[in-house]
Amino acid sequence: MLKGHQSWWFEHRPMIRAAATVVGPEEGRGPLADDFDIVHDDLRLGQDSWEKAERAYLEEAGKLAIENAGLTKERIRFYVGGDLMNQIVSNTFAARTWTIPYIGVFGACSTSMESLALAAQLADSGAADFVMAGTCSHNCTAEKQFRYPTEYGSQKPPTAQYTVTGAGCAVLSANDGSGGPVVTSATIGRVVDMGIKDPFNMGAAMAPAAVDTIQAHFRDTGREPGDYDLIVTGDLASVGYEIALELFRKHGVPIEDTRFYDCGLMIYDRSKQPVGAGASGCACSAVVTYGHLLKRVKRGELNRVLVVATGSLLSPLTYQQGESIPCIAHAVSIEREE
Amino acid sequence: MANEKKKKLTKTQQEYQQLAKAKEPPRPVFKNCVRAFLFGGAVCLLGQCIMQAMIVWFGFDKEKAGDPTVAVLIFLSVLLTSLGVYDKFAQWAGAGSAVPVTGFANSMCSAALEHRSEGIVLGVGGNMFKLAGSVIVFGTFAAFVIGLIRALFGEGGGS
Repeated sequence: MLKGHQSWWFEHRPMIRAAATVVGPEEGRGPLADDFDIVHDDLRLGQDSWEKAERAYLEEAGKLAIENAGLTKERIRFYVGGDLMNQIVSNTFAARTWTIPYIGVFGACSTSMESLALAAQLADSGAADFVMAGTCSHNCTAEKQFRYPTEYGSQKPPTAQYTVTGAGCAVLSANDGSGGPVVTSATIGRVVDMGIKDPFNMGAAMAPAAVDTIQAHFRDTGREPGDYDLIVTGDLASVGYEIALELFRKHGVPIEDTRFYDCGLMIYDRSKQPVGAGASGCACSAVVTYGHLLKRVKRGELNRVLVVATGSLLSPLTYQQGESIPCIAHAVSIEREE
Repeated sequence: MANEKKKKLTKTQQEYQQLAKAKEPPRPVFKNCVRAFLFGGAVCLLGQCIMQAMIVWFGFDKEKAGDPTVAVLIFLSVLLTSLGVYDKFAQWAGAGSAVPVTGFANSMCSAALEHRSEGIVLGVGGNMFKLAGSVIVFGTFAAFVIGLIRALFGEGGGS
């Protein structure tokens, strides 16, 4: 049900029955490696193109999530997903493989929480008994589409981020009282554009969108930062994270009452791995949430988490034409239920 | 950014851009220059050694030794690109790996490798000059302009 201006309150507390994450080699060398279901040491997964490899990561994650939920794919009513590729082909082609009725969405790197929010809405409203949300990204497909060929020797500035290779899927259903992580609310973000034009500084472009959505979430739900054990943004990385902290101070949001962190700073060890300012990509917030955070919620280390996935809605065409980068953020609160 | 462009931004956007600028880690320009000098210089030194070898061992004269030297450097660059290490050097070396002929070879080879999945003609053929094309266009144009200047004033180099 609608709460405030742009938030949904899920009265029936739809539950995340199971999730699965599949990641690539660089993520496997990071500090969260043990939390992922499958770590591949092959970026290509034996496929003959990067695009097929990205799809293979997603197909594997989806299959595993359905298995972990103890279901078969026929019982999943809808799949909600998207990715960074033109015409969201990775998800479309994976949905072709699964033959699950498919709702394709695009929110760039915010797709993880956009799809989770929509899936929760479907499960909460009774529009579906079982529904799956998912997303994926691949370092090489993102480089190829948005930047330069992967083997091209160009020096990246310190603000540049490293796209996560991996995929994350979650299966949701109505609450049957068996406990576990449940989705309690979601805030759909507005597109915010502060005029940043540098595609190698996405963190700075996205930070205002994240802050806008987090403030809207508090306003709509009447909650405060202190109500959450952890608030994480999707992929602001070091530059965007610092800016977000500054913006919270400026807007008088008591963010120090909670732990505020960023998925883009959690997945890699920046002192050892060549990832620039941190991680980015749809899979960044997806694998951190579905792999790491859900496990901590299940273990009881966290009771209430707000995940705010951030996305830059640019295309290679728009930045070459000199346009600034419009950004968006979607927030979903996940809670532990006994 | 020019003031002209800033006028189009709202006050909030301008304030934000100042904040973002302040939080942006500066590019290590001095370090980059030193590295570019060292790496670029090393590539040139290597080139000079190859050239000398061509003259001493393969009997090329000074005028002609340049062609096989460039061919060897291009081959090395293509080899390192194909082995997936050239881009790692480049992150360290910056302009030092981009400016010599090896950088040009890398730009063509990387584009060809990347788009191999779209086929030989439309993929490799159509995209090989994706990055290098602009170098050729502006290189040719610059040569044309310099040629015109030389024809008009007839100075510099006498033949």
